Amino acid sequence: MKKAAGIMIAIFLFSCTAFAENNMVQIKGSDTLINLVQKMSEVYMEKYPGKNISVTGGGSGTGIAALINKKTDIANASRLIKAKEIQNAEKEGVTPKRVVIAIDGLSVIVNKDNSVLQLTVDQIGKIFRGEITNWSEVGGDDQAITLYGRQSNSGTFEFLREVVLKGDYSSNMRQMNGNSQIIEAVKTDIGGIGYVGVGYAKEAEDINIVKVARNSKSPFCSPLNVEDVKSGKYPLSRPLNQYVNGTPANEAKEFILFELSPAGQKIVEEQGFFAIPDEYIEHNESIIG
Amino acid sequence: MKYRDISQAIGFLFLKACLAIVLFFLVLIIWDISSKGIGTINWAFLTQMPKNGMTEGGIFPAIVGTFFVSIITGVFSIPLGICCAIYLNEYSKNNWFTRLIRMSIRNLAGVPSIVYGLFGVVLFVQMLKMGTSILSAGCTLGIMTLPVIITASEEALKNVPRSYREGSLALGATKWQAIRTNVLPYSIPGMLTGTILGLARAAGETAPILFTGAAFFIPFLPKSLFSQFMALPYHLYIMSTQHHSIIKVRPIAYATALVLIVLVFSMNLIAVLLRYKLRKVKKG
Amino acid sequence: MNKIKDKLIFFFFLLSGLIVVMLLAGIFYLLGSTSIHAFKEISLKQFFFSDNWNPNAYGEPSYGIVSMIVSTFMVTIGSLVIAVPLGIGTAAYLSDIASEKVREIVKPVIEILAAIPSVVIGFLGIVLIGPIVAKIFHIQSGLNAVNGSILLAVMALPTIISLSEDALTAVPNTYTEASLALGATKWQTLVKVKIPAALSGILASCMLGMGRAVGETMTVLMATGCAPAMPHSFLDSVRTLTSSIAIELGEVAYFSTHYYALFAVGLVLFIITFIINLASDIILHNYQKVYN
Repeated sequence: MKKAAGIMIAIFLFSCTAFAENNMVQIKGSDTLINLVQKMSEVYMEKYPGKNISVTGGGSGTGIAALINKKTDIANASRLIKAKEIQNAEKEGVTPKRVVIAIDGLSVIVNKDNSVLQLTVDQIGKIFRGEITNWSEVGGDDQAITLYGRQSNSGTFEFLREVVLKGDYSSNMRQMNGNSQIIEAVKTDIGGIGYVGVGYAKEAEDINIVKVARNSKSPFCSPLNVEDVKSGKYPLSRPLNQYVNGTPANEAKEFILFELSPAGQKIVEEQGFFAIPDEYIEHNESIIG
Repeated sequence: MKYRDISQAIGFLFLKACLAIVLFFLVLIIWDISSKGIGTINWAFLTQMPKNGMTEGGIFPAIVGTFFVSIITGVFSIPLGICCAIYLNEYSKNNWFTRLIRMSIRNLAGVPSIVYGLFGVVLFVQMLKMGTSILSAGCTLGIMTLPVIITASEEALKNVPRSYREGSLALGATKWQAIRTNVLPYSIPGMLTGTILGLARAAGETAPILFTGAAFFIPFLPKSLFSQFMALPYHLYIMSTQHHSIIKVRPIAYATALVLIVLVFSMNLIAVLLRYKLRKVKKG
Repeated sequence: MNKIKDKLIFFFFLLSGLIVVMLLAGIFYLLGSTSIHAFKEISLKQFFFSDNWNPNAYGEPSYGIVSMIVSTFMVTIGSLVIAVPLGIGTAAYLSDIASEKVREIVKPVIEILAAIPSVVIGFLGIVLIGPIVAKIFHIQSGLNAVNGSILLAVMALPTIISLSEDALTAVPNTYTEASLALGATKWQTLVKVKIPAALSGILASCMLGMGRAVGETMTVLMATGCAPAMPHSFLDSVRTLTSSIAIELGEVAYFSTHYYALFAVGLVLFIITFIINLASDIILHNYQKVYN
């Protein structure tokens, strides 16, 4: 019995050392960012063989929690870090620093047979707070509204709540795991409404992307319009961030520099998001140095 | 036909229907997974790393991860489980302490798997500073498996006839000598059966490893006991609920499920065959 | 010399027994000592009587577990409604009607059902049973309490079948023979004599099945939709105690109030299953006494 156990341990230790030591950058967090960062890491690893980057999702909150618990090197976040999270981070000796890698126009999507094609921020807020429950109240057909949203660990969930709802979501909202699940659900539900990153909305078929106005007097803008999103005329445009612990160094720094390089920003546009404007380039430089 | 005969016929029909429904569930489960999973499985699927954001490629690291974790589970739970069984069957007297041990074992068996996960996070990941790793996850699963191994080992020890011990003791051997030479050798096959069943259960568990070491995706195999790892059941969970395009990776999820049940079933089969053979030897 | 050595060996084995006891105590202690921190910031009244669980609220976070407890018992009771009649029926078939040969084949086959990992059952809830449920009830999504109940029933069945069958087989032959001799049919004997005689054993098996359903994580996590709202019917999505821990523990910072609150949920779960197991133990114990 002991012999068998000994042999098992020996095999195990041997097989462990058989794999060469390699430095890995772990990236975790936002589901909105995952496809983009995944793609960038693949191009990066192809360009520089021997580099290892692991990108996983789970939501912005998960990513930031992992950064605080020192379980990831870079946290993807589609929202800003919260004061509470900074407090928790400091307790653990972590100083989160933010780099902006792309701009997103958060898109509100509806079923393709829905006649409602534009909404104001105020209307979207009322719909997701559960105060408007029928499409006829916003100029559509007499059809009950079904809400599709993300789970509370999602940065997109938080962003919409801070910027649009300014209150809690209706407890009837169905909480989906990711952008693509929301799209699938809205596709089949004529009364459905959901929100996803523009990179996902652009790719999807059989849905309508709603034009959004800041208030009843402003013009309706589409998240597909590059200029409107970059200038902030589209009310739901937002920076997509990565948080690191202190000033990034070594492998993590090299990868972030790649993301911000023209080659990296080209991938950002290919994936349906928008390249970062000058104000954020300056901010990033002040962080990375 | 009399009323009571009719009622009996209807009653028996109901019982038969019950059995049929239960068997139908089983057939449905196995049929659905094998028919939809088999198409994706080939040598490359079993031996390659996941690619392209886990939408292509294989599940090799998940298989390796499950294998390593099961070894740690075994290293942790087998010696402890067997020693405890030896104490209970060979040494213990009928007193409060023995009853306490037995009560503990029964309750450990009923503790929900997610609670083991919480325990593992506090004890192994944080207090013992093992981090989220193969070691933490293996130990957590080890505790979960203990009751199965203890119960099976005790059963195996019980099956060794009293006379074997008495014979040895009469020849002047000490108690431990009697156990070592005349009891353990005869109970090892039985213990092995229980151990395999326990490990099969551990290999299929997800909840205890969610927070103690399993990782979404790591582009290489675990480097040491302190690495995070991918595991088959966790991979299935990720592929069916957490992946960013679950519809696209559904075939991979089916194939992962099939690999997982084939693994668990074959471990069970080995255990059952062992038990069967054992019974024959005893009879013969 | 040998005596000392034997004594040492004895203590070695005693120690391993002690470790097992300490493990159970350790689980209880660590859960308790970690959860206690939660109640520095959460009032007991809120925790046990509020149905609003929203740790990431826009305003004040709220930690009430009522809807989780309701959800847990909904899927558990739902699963028992399905599994108890099916399980007892199958057990009765195996013990009373089936031939020796059929029993030899069916019993291991049912053991196979017990061996299927819960994550696989949950997966089937998403891809197979869920869509069927959605179709039957004409609803958008089949990830709800009905779906969870069906899957949990499948998982509880092997326990209920095998223990109930043991209980039925343990009924002394004299009972059956007496009943048959009085002219009762086999069916009457089964329903009026054997099942009542084996009732406590059957009850214990159902309690154990219930314990499994309450503590099951992956299946309900994957297959019930997990909306945190209070469920109003079996067609609503539910979020049990177990799935709340599984969803949220990965996204909390260690040692935050939310983290401690999840341990408190774990403690509640531990105590519920402990009571259920203890109850089944007591029932089983009494029933063994009756026959001895």
